[in-house]
Amino acid sequence: MRMHRRTLLALALASGLTAPSLALAADDTIKIGLLATFEGPFTVLGEDSERGAMTAVEEVAGTVAGKKIEIVKGSSDASPDSAVRAARKLVEQDGVKVLIGPLSGDEGLAVKDYAKTQPTVTFLNGASAAQDTTFRDPAPNFFRFGTDGAQWMAGLGTYAFKDKGYKTVATVAEDYSFPYTQVFGFMAEFCKAGGHVPSKSWVPIGNKDFSSVIAAIPDSVDAIYVALGGADAVNFLTQYQQSGGAAPLIGGSITVDQTVLTAKGKLRDVLVGTPSAGPTADTNDTPSWTKFVEAYKKQPGAFPSPSLFAHAYYINMKAALLGLDKVGGDVSDGGAKLRETLSSLSFETPTGKVSLDKNRNAIADIFLTEVTENADGTLLNKLIKVVPQVNQTLGIAEADFTALGAVSRDNPSCP
Amino acid sequence: MSILDRPSSSGISGGGVSRRQAWGLFWLLVAALVAWLVFAVWPDWLNAILISKKAFVSAVLNGVTLAGLYFLVASGFTLIFGLMRNVNLAHGSLYLLGAYIGYEVANRTGYWLLGVAAGFIVLAAIGVVMQVVVFRRLEGDDLRQTLVSIGISIVAADLMLAVWAGGTYQIAVPEWLDGAVTLPVITAVRSNGASVFLTYPFYRIAVLAAAIVIGIGLWLMLNKTRVGMMIRAGVDDRAMLSASGVNVHAVFAIVFAVGAGLAGFAGVVGGSALSVAPGEDIRYLLASLVVVIVGGMGSISGAAIGALLIGLAEQLGLVYFPTYGVVLTFIIMVVTLAIRPQGIMGKSR
Repeated sequence: MRMHRRTLLALALASGLTAPSLALAADDTIKIGLLATFEGPFTVLGEDSERGAMTAVEEVAGTVAGKKIEIVKGSSDASPDSAVRAARKLVEQDGVKVLIGPLSGDEGLAVKDYAKTQPTVTFLNGASAAQDTTFRDPAPNFFRFGTDGAQWMAGLGTYAFKDKGYKTVATVAEDYSFPYTQVFGFMAEFCKAGGHVPSKSWVPIGNKDFSSVIAAIPDSVDAIYVALGGADAVNFLTQYQQSGGAAPLIGGSITVDQTVLTAKGKLRDVLVGTPSAGPTADTNDTPSWTKFVEAYKKQPGAFPSPSLFAHAYYINMKAALLGLDKVGGDVSDGGAKLRETLSSLSFETPTGKVSLDKNRNAIADIFLTEVTENADGTLLNKLIKVVPQVNQTLGIAEADFTALGAVSRDNPSCP
Repeated sequence: MSILDRPSSSGISGGGVSRRQAWGLFWLLVAALVAWLVFAVWPDWLNAILISKKAFVSAVLNGVTLAGLYFLVASGFTLIFGLMRNVNLAHGSLYLLGAYIGYEVANRTGYWLLGVAAGFIVLAAIGVVMQVVVFRRLEGDDLRQTLVSIGISIVAADLMLAVWAGGTYQIAVPEWLDGAVTLPVITAVRSNGASVFLTYPFYRIAVLAAAIVIGIGLWLMLNKTRVGMMIRAGVDDRAMLSASGVNVHAVFAIVFAVGAGLAGFAGVVGGSALSVAPGEDIRYLLASLVVVIVGGMGSISGAAIGALLIGLAEQLGLVYFPTYGVVLTFIIMVVTLAIRPQGIMGKSR
């Protein structure tokens, strides 16, 4: 009898688990998948992404075109296979027709390839910013309303060379597609201006001990360009301070992001004054940005200022909601109408106008910033300059840009 | 403690150089080479091959300090295994929990040393509880003990994520341990004749010193005290030890307390040198698994040798071939398993 009861319990549990997916046919709700890194080394980044996405959802009070929005979360750990697994779960089990995500570079490349096998689902990028997610071999149903890692670097190489006077720079970056893209964006301008990069260090993601890497950086360089994210950046900066590092730093977009600037410890000493560039600036004082910051801060556990992950997920979620609103929440045609609407969508965001190019990659404003200490002791990215409407080829003609080759460890090179 | 102490039957063989003398000569040459690499000013061709003397010497020093950290974690792991045949896969969680507790205590009281002490004591207590409440019930059932320890590690990881969230914590090092010191090692000579000396974080030297002191302390405890004698006897033959009237459960509890306490201690010390974040538990579990597989399950000196090999391999790999550096660690493990499956210092059973 006891076994019998257990079997019954198991059955009840099993039906409880499958019931939600049976109920997906309900007409008055729209399911949107939200894929981000809620585990692994980028957990903090993933959590902030959710705040950004939810800010956009709450702006429309959780309804679009008269239908209730239901967010289904999927979690990855920043590895491409985990992202595809989570995307498959969202699409094939939960039956979402619109998916926002993923967060990290290699994940984006993998999910783009998965998108090709699901032509009736509309994919909008999260914060992943590898160049070839949209530039080479794009998927027709994958949209990126946030910009890519090379675009984020617009203006920084020239600024480092001309205004800061750095002639030689060593780079330290993680060994995957997004930092390749960032280094590419920085070096494209820096090398063109006449600078040299004699040493590039690529470190495995999740590396803890950077002191040997720091020791291997030549003493002769004027500055060090650092493109590391989350815990990796915190570790590098702390150890750089401990080893008595003297060369000034130049930051990749996520190295001086709020996810790192809010970390506790002495790393602050080496961060102040670090120039960087990215899709957001904390001291941006346009009304649209300050309004966005206020809305963002209502989210639980919010940072003093939204990170670029919150920003990117907000923009993409916002685009999805605008698109859904225009088609009346109707995706019964396999989303064809929705994708057509999205392709020609152009809208005002907290950081200026966003529109798409023919590869469905965003053209948007980029902000040149420098880390400063606020009166209350928090670190912020001070706005130096806005670089208006940067496209994916960084203003270079597309044929010439393609000829530069795909981003990699060795491309570009100017020793 | 070392390979040289082992009785060697070929030591007195007549004619020419004995095997023992040959080994002595070999180690002398190695020592001379290392001394030259560290203290001489390198010629250009060597700098060209090994990036720079600064990079090489720093990588070696970092490898040795990392080895110190690995040794602290792995020594507890190997002791527990040696005595109880219990592969405690929750050992990494003990490291991470120790780090978080150390952070909280150091942050609230302002005394770093209190944090270190709390990391050791709290985790030692948790170790005893784990042994008494969980592992004693499953005694003699190795597979179930291992599976239960995996379960504990998964639950612990999620509980820690719930309490401390996913952020990266940095345990602040006190002033007297902070900063860099100049070592009497010349890395380069400037064109005006001035020598450039190597600077190295003082804290890391302290970590290494602590690891050496604890290593010697463990060795003394195992070889010179009554408890140590019981532990060694238990490693060799548990049933016999129990039959000779020793309370093996008390011995087990002591070993578990020391092992878990060391993991907690290493958590605070390591969390100050590097940082504390979710995922560290798996990292250190994996590191100590590799270290004890290479060094030999159940042997403290094996843990020291294994930690040194893995620490150096990781750091040198990171500098000279970062993308494939991870492979080096596992090559060492595979080669050890192929040539000496019981590990370098392990006893074949």
